[in-house]
Amino acid sequence: MIWLTWRQFRPQAAAAAIALAVVAIVAAATGPGVASAYVSSGLPDCHASCATDASNFVTGLNRFDLLLYLGSFLLMYLAPALIGIFWGAPLIAREVETGTHRVAWNQSVTRTRWILVKLGLVGLAAVATAGLLSLMVTWWASPINHAAVLSGGQISGFVPRLDAPVFDARGVVPLGYAAFAFALGVTAGVLLRRTLPAMAVTLVAFAVIQVLVPNFVRPHLLPPDQFTAPVASSIGLNVNAGTGQKSIQLAGPFTKPGAWVLSDVIVTPSGAELPNVTMSPSGAELTVLPKACASMLGAAGPDPTGLRDCRSVLAAMHLRQSVTWQPASRFWPLQWTETGLYLVLAAGLGWVSVAQLRRRRAA
Amino acid sequence: MTSATAAIEARGLGKRYGRRWALADCTLSIPAGHVAGLVGPNGAGKTTLISLATGMLAPTTGTVEVLGGAPAGGPGQLARVGYVAQGTPAYAGLSVADHLRLGAHLNPRWDAALARRRIGQLGLDPRQKAGELSGGQRAQLALTLALAKRPELLILDEPVASLDPVARREFLQVLMNAVAEQELSVVMSSHQVADLERVADYLIVLVGSRVRVEGGVEDLLATHHLLTGPRREASSLPASQQVITESHAGRQSTFLVRSSEPVIDPAWTAEELSLEDLVLAYMGHAAPGPPGIRTLQARP
Repeated sequence: MIWLTWRQFRPQAAAAAIALAVVAIVAAATGPGVASAYVSSGLPDCHASCATDASNFVTGLNRFDLLLYLGSFLLMYLAPALIGIFWGAPLIAREVETGTHRVAWNQSVTRTRWILVKLGLVGLAAVATAGLLSLMVTWWASPINHAAVLSGGQISGFVPRLDAPVFDARGVVPLGYAAFAFALGVTAGVLLRRTLPAMAVTLVAFAVIQVLVPNFVRPHLLPPDQFTAPVASSIGLNVNAGTGQKSIQLAGPFTKPGAWVLSDVIVTPSGAELPNVTMSPSGAELTVLPKACASMLGAAGPDPTGLRDCRSVLAAMHLRQSVTWQPASRFWPLQWTETGLYLVLAAGLGWVSVAQLRRRRAA
Repeated sequence: MTSATAAIEARGLGKRYGRRWALADCTLSIPAGHVAGLVGPNGAGKTTLISLATGMLAPTTGTVEVLGGAPAGGPGQLARVGYVAQGTPAYAGLSVADHLRLGAHLNPRWDAALARRRIGQLGLDPRQKAGELSGGQRAQLALTLALAKRPELLILDEPVASLDPVARREFLQVLMNAVAEQELSVVMSSHQVADLERVADYLIVLVGSRVRVEGGVEDLLATHHLLTGPRREASSLPASQQVITESHAGRQSTFLVRSSEPVIDPAWTAEELSLEDLVLAYMGHAAPGPPGIRTLQARP
């Protein structure tokens, strides 16, 4: 059974080997350059106020390396989906479609063993492929990920590794995704018995899961931390040049490098969320100004009395910043928990496939 | 070869797809030790019966036993039964040699020498992909795969239905030689009596899930007579003569009767029947009855 499985899987295995080789060659050719740029930027020895160095390192990377960095996300998102579509969905469906399951099921091997060996070997290959890809991508991109943390989120487009696109494309979660996508494809194939519809269902279902889990499941995999502190007393004043809209910038004290911020709001002492606050990367902004602050905006610019009044009014409001967040140190615990979740789902789908094939005979 | 246990034994066997019964309340016993032909019109339930007997399908009602065991009940049972499925499927991307290796890996009783010899006799190139074989060659490959696992019972489902007459004859010839060499029971379905006539020594006519007639081919031919004579009613025939079909034209009556005794009434002209005539008579007429009533579909 192992021989037959391998013989049938050979073309797909060859395709995967070629893809892995291409990724390995590209990573080996460009990875050392990125790593040495990181070393020469001084970031490995930087312990405080590294934001500028980090920005310089990232902006100093050549265009090709930046393209590869973006490509690595595409690769890590596509790989499990392709495994599910091209390895999982046809595994049983193609046999049923062409009638060859009648050949396989009438050799002296039970169909339970037949599907278990196929699931086991091809599933293992799927996990191994995703593992090797993740290993290479994680190694290649680690200087950029460190810089993204050190920059404190100041480089747009480069987020710390706990945030969605990076988290999904690093570490061990791609192994779980690959196992799940593969099992999803197999199950769709067993239930639908047609390759093409099974491929389509696999793609859609996997995409939906990949949207739902980061947004609604991952934040709760580990209980998030809570942070509350009074907003800083220093007040900046913003006037939007275009609309003329005036706003006061509230500086929240929350600064945790590499943190995954789930929610960041300004609350009143009663705990109620304050309306009239808009959040932007540079901080919270009060869009409806207290009356005392209006006088600050005279034609001649802020007058000292108005500013003082405004401050005291704001201070009397006792506004607080309330942040729900996952610390950077939870990267690996979250990775393993999510991988475990996907592996359990994959095992459940595998069980459905086996039970479905057995039932057609034993009912 | 154990003639005591039936090759296929079905009791109240039924398979339903949604609201449609592909096979309903089928009870039959096909004896081992024969080349048994299972014949019937399209839709009689032949393929469903065979799929149930090979464990490809699970029955909705009733039971079926093959050589006394549950179909596909385990590796041991699977090893005892060879199966050539309808359309003789093969792995298109695998070569002929790959198919033989597949058989060798998956069957403990695999006869590699036999498989190689057959492929050689057929003139197949072991390196050729099964997807590039002609229909006849693919059927031969499927047969080789089934024979080389050294089964006690070989089940074939319409193996020659899609083959041209030459390939059909060759396939049946190979099958007959194999039966002579390897003591094995065969159950082969077909809707073409002519195919079965060449190979079968036992016949089961299945119409609408029901066995219309079964028995040894020679015995069936010896006990069925086509009688033509002056017009008379079926009821006037001796009790020993079971009327299968009757037709009346003008002053003449024709009866197909089954009788274990010779027909001696001088008023009759008795004709020998071909197997095909006999089967067609049973397929056309569900049961003896008044003329004009033809129940081709006798399913509930």
